[in-house]
Amino acid sequence: MSEHHSTYVPKTGIERWLDARLPIIRLTHDSAVSYPVPRNLNYWWTFGGILMFMLVAQIVTGVVLVMHYTPHVDFAFSSVEHIMRDVNYGWLMRYAHANGASMFFIAVYIHIFRGMYYGSYKAPREVLWILGVVIFLLMMATAFMGYVLPWGQMSFWGATVITNLFSAIPVIGDPIVTWLWGGYSVDNPTLNRFFSLHYLLPFMIFGVVILHVWALHHVGQNNPAGVEVKNYAKDTIPFTPFATVKDLFAMVCFMILFAWFVFYHPNFLGHADNYIHADPLKTPAHIVPEWYFLPFYGILRAIPDKLGGVVAMFASIAVLAFLPWLDTSKIKSGRYRPTFKIFFWIFVVVSVLLGYTGSQPTDKVVLSLGGRTVLDMVGFAQILTAMYFAYFFVVLPLLGLFEKPKAVPASIADAVLGESKK
Amino acid sequence: MMIKSSRPLMAALAVASLAFIGTPALASGGTEHPPAQKWSFSGPFGTFDRAQLQRGFKVYKEVCAACHGLEKLSFRNLYQPGGPGFTEGQVKTLAKEYKVKDGPNESGEMFERPGRPADRFPKPFANDEAAKAANNGAVPPDFSVIAKARTYERGFPMWLIDIVTQYQEQGVDYITGILTGYGAPPHGEKIEDGLHWNRYFPGNKIAMANPLVALFDDAGKAQDANFYTDGTPVTREQVAKDVAAFLMWAAEPKMEERKQTGAKVILWLIVLAGLLYFTKKRIWARLGDAH
Repeated sequence: MSEHHSTYVPKTGIERWLDARLPIIRLTHDSAVSYPVPRNLNYWWTFGGILMFMLVAQIVTGVVLVMHYTPHVDFAFSSVEHIMRDVNYGWLMRYAHANGASMFFIAVYIHIFRGMYYGSYKAPREVLWILGVVIFLLMMATAFMGYVLPWGQMSFWGATVITNLFSAIPVIGDPIVTWLWGGYSVDNPTLNRFFSLHYLLPFMIFGVVILHVWALHHVGQNNPAGVEVKNYAKDTIPFTPFATVKDLFAMVCFMILFAWFVFYHPNFLGHADNYIHADPLKTPAHIVPEWYFLPFYGILRAIPDKLGGVVAMFASIAVLAFLPWLDTSKIKSGRYRPTFKIFFWIFVVVSVLLGYTGSQPTDKVVLSLGGRTVLDMVGFAQILTAMYFAYFFVVLPLLGLFEKPKAVPASIADAVLGESKK
Repeated sequence: MMIKSSRPLMAALAVASLAFIGTPALASGGTEHPPAQKWSFSGPFGTFDRAQLQRGFKVYKEVCAACHGLEKLSFRNLYQPGGPGFTEGQVKTLAKEYKVKDGPNESGEMFERPGRPADRFPKPFANDEAAKAANNGAVPPDFSVIAKARTYERGFPMWLIDIVTQYQEQGVDYITGILTGYGAPPHGEKIEDGLHWNRYFPGNKIAMANPLVALFDDAGKAQDANFYTDGTPVTREQVAKDVAAFLMWAAEPKMEERKQTGAKVILWLIVLAGLLYFTKKRIWARLGDAH
């Protein structure tokens, strides 16, 4: 919405003085008060604000935890217990941080699926979308390294499995793994560098979030109708108070869910094995990543070849960045694309089921006929992986060419009026 | 407005976002799931039963402590709020029974002195090698967080229902199960030397001999009917539950504070959400849209 001009009027002498030197109040006013948002946004659009809250909550709790944590293989586990037992409200900080990571991912997955349903990645929002994929990647790296810090069994073995993936790279794979570890196994140097990076990456996320919001404010928000703003007076409303109060309400509702886990079920989303001190000589029966990585873990294990699995796993995330060009439909919103809608929901179910396969032992029987195994977990994951990629490389490119979309409203104002008439 | 058309989206995403919880597949083959017990500390308003924690501590001290440490705990924890509720005096007396290594003193010597409330529970073995030497090559696990470190697979759809019911007592149910699950192996099962049959142990073959033999004869009758001084009947199940409850507190000493804070926080958030909802409605009414 580059045509949107600043409406800030400095009222006092001090404001005028500052505005002429550093127009920071103007910037805040233009981006958080007068910024025009489409008037038809639904509650799926509140997750951006929720994610901002989660990022800040993770940084604040994390900074406090670091004051009491010791990044050393002999003391890390004990220092976490020290936080839980001896630090004032340490249990709250730690449980909020650990569950906060899960809440962050719940919110980001809803945010991503919302973008995919309403075509938020399409022109002119490609860069906005790609920045989002970058944030998602950084989040995954941050969460992975954070999970290693308590130095429990899953910390250690998760780190071992994931860093070992790089050994699949031909020729230079093994030297890369040694370089990542800082030695010949996951050990103190690994813990130290993961700690350092776990503290650094959130601030990088913060930086990319600024770019993400900048891009958003430049092109303007997509909306459920998927039509661009044509008439500011009719199609948009000022961010404050309308979006502000709606976002706040949604955020507080989300915090109730967050609080439910922190106070009443703090270990539900974690893994019991991580309360056992890391032991390099004892492999847990099943090494399972945190729930938010399970779909990708499912894809990794679906490919029998190690390098192939690693490539498929990274490709499953990287493909998101190409979404703006893979989807050939001119229509943004899934609301007006009846066939797309069906495939979108299949894609959601496929993603969930991939997560399920990632959580189960690979040799588990999924389907058997007359005592003979017809389909095991790996086979099931292979079918789902094929469906996952087919959505991007077959369904979306072809659908745009063959699908007959429904009539798209002429403007956002029309979309709102149409809704209220029903 | 969009709420109607978004309902399937909401449902699918709720499932999508919560569907995968890594479940440690502890149960293998013929291992049974331990039965769910009733616990005073379950649910949003649960609190520890002080008398039970005191009894459980007695069991720990007289049965488990010879092999299993409690190294993250200090004696002082025993009189902190939300715990077994011993008095400071009782804990001081208790701590004195232990010998604690301290030093070096002015002449550079290490020395032993009676324990103080601020001391951690001394470890049962000098080091892991000593522990292995005394226990057939295995280190008996420390008990500080054992109640959170043990679980069994809940399976679908139980784990989903657990979100609402707040069932999270797998650890204590498992411990109770192990302590009451010893018995003769089923017909046709061979058991190697140094292993013992247990219904609830993953794989059924556990290295630890039934620790409660010290308290009960073969018929399950208490050796000392007055083992408990508060009149609680001394049965296998009771003893197992008491020590499991004590270990839950040891693993989660701030549980009561946590749940009580949670009730206030969630109540406050619900009120705030209500106020914001009506504020939002009022503000959006200015638009005249169907929002």
